[in-house]
Amino acid sequence: MATLSSHPDPAWRGRVAATAVCLLILWPALVVTEFKPWILFDWQSLTATGRFLADFLVPAHSSEFLAMLLEQTWLTVAIATSGLALALLGAIPATLIVNEQLSISRLGTGRMRPLATLLRQSVRWTLVVLRSVPELVWALLFVRIIGLGPTAGVLAIALTYCGMLGKVYAEILESSDSHASDTLLANGSGRLAALLYGALPEAASELMSYTFYRWECAVRGSVVMGFVGAGGLGQRMDESMKMLAGAEVSSMLLVFVLLVALADQFSKVLRRRLG
Amino acid sequence: MNHMMPKPPRRDWTVLAMLALLVVLVVASFASLPLKWREFFTLEAVNSSLELLAGFAPPDLSAPFLAKTGGAALETMAMSALGTLLAVMAGLAFSLSASGRFGGVARSLMRGLLNVLRSVPELVWASILLIACGLGPFGGTLALGAHTAGVLGRLFADSLENAAPLPEQSLRTNGASAAAAFFYATLPQTLPQMLSYTLYRWENNIRAAAILGVVGAGGLGQMLKYHLSLFQMQKAATVIIAMLLLVALVDGISFALRRFLTR
Repeated sequence: MATLSSHPDPAWRGRVAATAVCLLILWPALVVTEFKPWILFDWQSLTATGRFLADFLVPAHSSEFLAMLLEQTWLTVAIATSGLALALLGAIPATLIVNEQLSISRLGTGRMRPLATLLRQSVRWTLVVLRSVPELVWALLFVRIIGLGPTAGVLAIALTYCGMLGKVYAEILESSDSHASDTLLANGSGRLAALLYGALPEAASELMSYTFYRWECAVRGSVVMGFVGAGGLGQRMDESMKMLAGAEVSSMLLVFVLLVALADQFSKVLRRRLG
Repeated sequence: MNHMMPKPPRRDWTVLAMLALLVVLVVASFASLPLKWREFFTLEAVNSSLELLAGFAPPDLSAPFLAKTGGAALETMAMSALGTLLAVMAGLAFSLSASGRFGGVARSLMRGLLNVLRSVPELVWASILLIACGLGPFGGTLALGAHTAGVLGRLFADSLENAAPLPEQSLRTNGASAAAAFFYATLPQTLPQMLSYTLYRWENNIRAAAILGVVGAGGLGQMLKYHLSLFQMQKAATVIIAMLLLVALVDGISFALRRFLTR
């Protein structure tokens, strides 16, 4: 039988060729990233890691340490919350400016005045720039300018999230049904009234739930920013990590995982009730 | 006809209480933070920060430094690609037990492990793994892999659970081995979805890899941290521009790909 000599899988040639091509692409990546798994099993690093991980088993739990931990955790939440509040202060006016649904010159002709277009586009691009610089880079810069501490973290969150929220708010509002706000504008209502009575009721729940989702992201982000010295749990974690204090790191990680889970639950409840 | 009007909806006090709670949270946050607005907005501080910002211009565009930045950008890309690949392999392995193939206990244990992997951010993973791997991109790659394995493991497990079970069952009842039945019946059903999850995570990982270096894990981030701590602002500006270009490139490619795929 002719089928006896052929492979049971009719597509095996293609599969083998694809694997070979992937391995060929993989090779330079392995070289560039200095991928040497065997250094993990080097005796010196094994003992250091072993000691560090052995400390993990009994998390630090002296009352002094726990009190510090609680304070730092609150600080982390506070950085995220006030950062987001400041971001809203910038994002809401930006949304009002960017939102094309609220353009009055567009009514009827379908074309905006050049000045209005220019204004909208410049605000839009500012938002893009604010958003594309990662929050960690903002934090690094502000730590250089203001020095270590939570102010840098708050400003970094405020700037990045202003860009994100402004863009997404405008998108949500523009994708909602524009009939009501168009009618209001065409009948002579002001922009603010058209927003509040036309566009906002359509989109309110989506806006709320996106804001809470972002708050949750900001909590996570403020821990990470602590690693560059912007205060909160991350900064303490970085310090303990540098002292190889495994017990402290382990209880901080536990608190962090709990905090993220709690923020997740809290924002879920808020989204369900208010969204 | 006033009595025909429907009753106004009952006011929901829990919602009002939640809003009040939010206001309290915001006020308490601002009150408890030792914010240094005053120092930030004094003439002196404004001048010094303007001076610092002016130091960024012009970015260092000399050929050797550009080549170095390009190398770091390449390292970032390689880290993200390899980290994603490691995560796909680990995630696929984890997803087998997380989708309940080895019983309910193994499923919940594995889901718990995936949750822990996922809830620790890449940067925290990197700073832990640097203890074992030493400074350099290797630790960053493993960190990306660890976090992404948690994310992908859960997504893969969900898509395995949602796959139609009949093809695999009919292969099994006709005598195929468990591995063959999985590879030829269930995996092909879920592969497109897994691929799209992987591409999406890769996109995220490129962004993450660019900043991972600030704890010493290689790539553009490490360069940025290094030059910023030496106050070499013009070099730092080049690195930041390179980061922005990398992210814009990735955004552009993924936008074009999505357009192409959904057309």
